[in-house]
Amino acid sequence: MKPEKLIVDGRRLDGRGPSDLRKIKIEAGVLHRADGSCYLEWGGNKVFAAVYGPREAVPRHIQNPLRAIVNARYNMAAFSVEDRKRPGPDRRSVEISKVISEALQRCILTEQFPRASVDVCIEVLDAEAGTRCAGLTAAAVALVDAGIPMRDIPVACAAGKIDGQVVVDLGKEEDNFGQADLPIAIAPRTGEVLLLQMDGHLTVEEFNRAFDMAVEGCCKVSEIQKKAIMQRYHTVDEVIE
Amino acid sequence: MDQKTRHVVIPSECLGDTGNSRAGRGTFIDHGKIYSEHLGILTQEGNILQVVPLKGRYNPIPGDFVIAIVLEAMQSSWLVDINAPYPAVLHVNEAPWEVEFGDTAKYLNTGDSLLARVLSVDESKKLQITLNDRNLYKIKGGNIIEVDPSIVPRIIGKKGSMIANIKKYSRCRIFVGQNGRIWIDGPVDGIELVLLAINKIESEAISYGLTDRVEGLLREHAKDVR
Amino acid sequence: MTVIPLLKKEYVTKLAEDGKRVDGRAFDAYRPISIETNCVNKAEGSARVKIGNTQVIVGVKMDLGEPFSDTPDCGVLSTAAELIPLASPDFEAGPPQRDAIELARVVDRGVRESEVVDIHKMVITHGEKVWIVFIDIHILDYDGNLFDAASLGALAALLTTKIPIFRMMESGALEKKDLEAWYERTHIEEIREIYSRPDFDEIVAKKKKGIIKDIRLPMTEPPISCTAVKISNIVFFDPSLDEEELADARLTVATDTNGDIRAMQKGLAGSFTKEEIQGVIQGALDNGRTIRQKLSESIGK
Repeated sequence: MKPEKLIVDGRRLDGRGPSDLRKIKIEAGVLHRADGSCYLEWGGNKVFAAVYGPREAVPRHIQNPLRAIVNARYNMAAFSVEDRKRPGPDRRSVEISKVISEALQRCILTEQFPRASVDVCIEVLDAEAGTRCAGLTAAAVALVDAGIPMRDIPVACAAGKIDGQVVVDLGKEEDNFGQADLPIAIAPRTGEVLLLQMDGHLTVEEFNRAFDMAVEGCCKVSEIQKKAIMQRYHTVDEVIE
Repeated sequence: MDQKTRHVVIPSECLGDTGNSRAGRGTFIDHGKIYSEHLGILTQEGNILQVVPLKGRYNPIPGDFVIAIVLEAMQSSWLVDINAPYPAVLHVNEAPWEVEFGDTAKYLNTGDSLLARVLSVDESKKLQITLNDRNLYKIKGGNIIEVDPSIVPRIIGKKGSMIANIKKYSRCRIFVGQNGRIWIDGPVDGIELVLLAINKIESEAISYGLTDRVEGLLREHAKDVR
Repeated sequence: MTVIPLLKKEYVTKLAEDGKRVDGRAFDAYRPISIETNCVNKAEGSARVKIGNTQVIVGVKMDLGEPFSDTPDCGVLSTAAELIPLASPDFEAGPPQRDAIELARVVDRGVRESEVVDIHKMVITHGEKVWIVFIDIHILDYDGNLFDAASLGALAALLTTKIPIFRMMESGALEKKDLEAWYERTHIEEIREIYSRPDFDEIVAKKKKGIIKDIRLPMTEPPISCTAVKISNIVFFDPSLDEEELADARLTVATDTNGDIRAMQKGLAGSFTKEEIQGVIQGALDNGRTIRQKLSESIGK
């Protein structure tokens, strides 16, 4: 049921202002078997990402003789949504997997690993709007954690329009009943846009504002990613103390 | 500067610029600035900035001593796993026996472990290893463990000091492959002591003074080794 | 496929003949177990179980639907397991393969045959409307002994599941008369407390979810499953990854609070002697008791 208003006097349903992000928590290196891994909470989203590779790409015919191929697989657990989702990829997951693979590929120094593949597995355990941004952000941390050589650490964030106002990081009701949704991913060092999708209705001016808000959001999340990665290695100080 | 840990850097972190420094391994240049490619440790030799990766698959270099596991015996070669992104090939010419075509399985088969050397790495990363050396052979007995290849230098230590200590106190034979595989053979308590030491090195790899702390650990537990 | 060096098997066997395991445990000892419940908001019930480094997350979702035609008087239980590529370099994406299917079926049987969930109490209208319980097992990190981790996870998730009465009422799938019919069959007081509230209609209309007390799944004391493997005539409980990959045979035994056996499953191509089986039963009883205690603590009993 649509709530009457999504934003009143600059306060959204969950109390946030237009440029406030939901609470984000990131932990690197949480899984034992994977070469690199990450656990991420973003608002009500709970996501695991794991990286295996680089390893020889199989079957042979998918190998690229010049560089590694990047295979990201985005999947939602059956219990991650309100109405149970049948296990297995659906068309939405396949599309998201593709755009995430393409975004990640741009940041990985794939030329160093001809004929290989870098396999990224993103598993959404609890979903609450913005899962593809959460997934990509977690995947990036897992890639760094795996020691994969990269030219940048990609990060994603969405912006949108609710009740005629442009806001960052849509929550659940905002995603369902809002007027536009714009997830983007950037390479923070250069500002290059790696992923961009939009649905809904925005004027050009609104788009520009939403884009800037999303980029600003990305920069904030990027700080959190980097902190999470460094945290893995600074706990050594405490051990020696 | 009194540092408790070495300088850890992450991919895309700016390390310097080409005006003052040179870009070494593990770095790349963009618009006159030098950036890190890896999650790793920044080292500086003269004005060359290098990043040594903290994690990642083994990157084979010809001449490296590795512990390989045979995956498959083929007609005139064996396919082996050396913990690299790619499997490697051991050709019958690089083995110390006279092997007839098709007879490879008689000498080495799936699951056998080898002390070998990396022979060559070509542009498309096709890897070859060799057993042609007195010091290289099929391993029997003992146990094999795996660590991240990036901490192998720490396990060996400056001029082999760390590994020498571990061998002394544990009374074990130990071979450390550059590919992160380590073969250990000796009394059961000795092997346990080696694992204890290696665990400590793994968790404190980036700190200073590790050699002394590990020696302390070894001395403390060595009385258990018969 | 990752190949294990043969000399590892010899090493594990040699150690065992010396009375030791690679990680120093006793032959019948488990690695540290941790159970966390209510970890997924969207699920009706959830649990995250770690046994050593093996990590599993289980989510329970519920819905209303038709019963199976041959059991019109029972709710429906459905268990699925996914060996997702996240958990191991050897797991492939795609439809469940034999290992995943066997895992799901063993956990399912453990829950179903032991009647730990009282599916007769999950009927609203005979032959027409019953509660359906979906148990989805996701392996997050594979380091040996998925059977026990998955079974324990399923139990912990089921024991903390809250039946989504409000959600079903909100969507119109469940009406007041359904609640009355359900109470008639089961005499679960909490159901009557809900529909006999004078503000019942108001709660549904105004979505005042928090006021309604949660109803748990009707459950009995669960049996606990314990798995052991055999490597060259030596039996190890709670196999680590290496031990599992070197195993010739595997045996899972589920035991209950009375010390009785409720389920058994042998796997892999090797064999067990009768004495070995009896040994596994004894080990399962001993460990089962400890694990059941842990489970009770984790669900706050």
